[in-house]
Amino acid sequence: MVARLTEYEVIGRRLPTENVPEPKMYRMTIFAPNTVVAKSRYWYFLQKLHKVKKASGEIVSVKIVKENNATSVKNFGIWIRYDSRSGTHNMYKEYRDVTRTHAVESLYSDLAARHRARFRSIHILKVVELEKTEDVKRQYVKQFLSKNLAFPLPHRVQKSKNVFSYKPVSTFY
Amino acid sequence: MSTETSVTASKWRLVEAGRIVYINKGKFTGKLAVIVEIIDQKRVLIDGPSTGVARQAFSLTNLVLTPLTIAKFPRGAKSSVIAKKYASAEIENKWAATSWAKKIAQRNVRASLSDFDRFKVSVLKKERKLAAKKL
Repeated sequence: MVARLTEYEVIGRRLPTENVPEPKMYRMTIFAPNTVVAKSRYWYFLQKLHKVKKASGEIVSVKIVKENNATSVKNFGIWIRYDSRSGTHNMYKEYRDVTRTHAVESLYSDLAARHRARFRSIHILKVVELEKTEDVKRQYVKQFLSKNLAFPLPHRVQKSKNVFSYKPVSTFY
Repeated sequence: MSTETSVTASKWRLVEAGRIVYINKGKFTGKLAVIVEIIDQKRVLIDGPSTGVARQAFSLTNLVLTPLTIAKFPRGAKSSVIAKKYASAEIENKWAATSWAKKIAQRNVRASLSDFDRFKVSVLKKERKLAAKKL
């Protein structure tokens, strides 16, 4: 599965002046589809935190944060802030996935589905891997942590490539 | 007449760690793999070190559950452990013995026949019909 989003580490600072030849650097982790969006989001967030904007600052580096272990299932806790039509809300959600980027992707589609929230109105505050099962709070993730978990796939329609069928479709699986 | 009724649950094939699955879509179509761990109700982590399937998250819509399982399968097992368990459970032999696998094998043989091979099949079929009539 190809990830839509990538995790970037963006570092930037104010433009150096004679008074401040080495300004303080600010680092941010950003999930974005490409570096252009990552840099744009960086300035958007930095403007909210410090008195720096794109015209008065510079990007020092944009790096992709690599994820090594995409072959084990992990639980992620994500803290977000999002603007709905009527106000701003803080939220904590949990996702079970193989990588951080995939967890964040499902967060975006989940919020799009449940709250009609767009990418622009969601701020990801923190993404944490929950290493202990006791740390998992949400029931929708907890249900997959029980011992000897097993469930059937009762009814499904087996898709056929043929145009015509000589018998009714059996949904028994 | 007794009023008691007994209800028995259907013997579903379960999504569980250690279940052997048949891949229906993508690069690994037609290969077997093992469910290593359940991600959620629609996705599982699969691995097939013995069948050449890379360890990856896979959607259940693109997998078919087989009746085969590896008993006492440790959830989230490493590839090396899976390869050993796969061999000791003799999944390959058990799979080859199922009518499902036989049908697939037959279909592949039929598809690989040349025009002359198909002709030979038709001749043999005619001979068989004749032999059956003589009886």
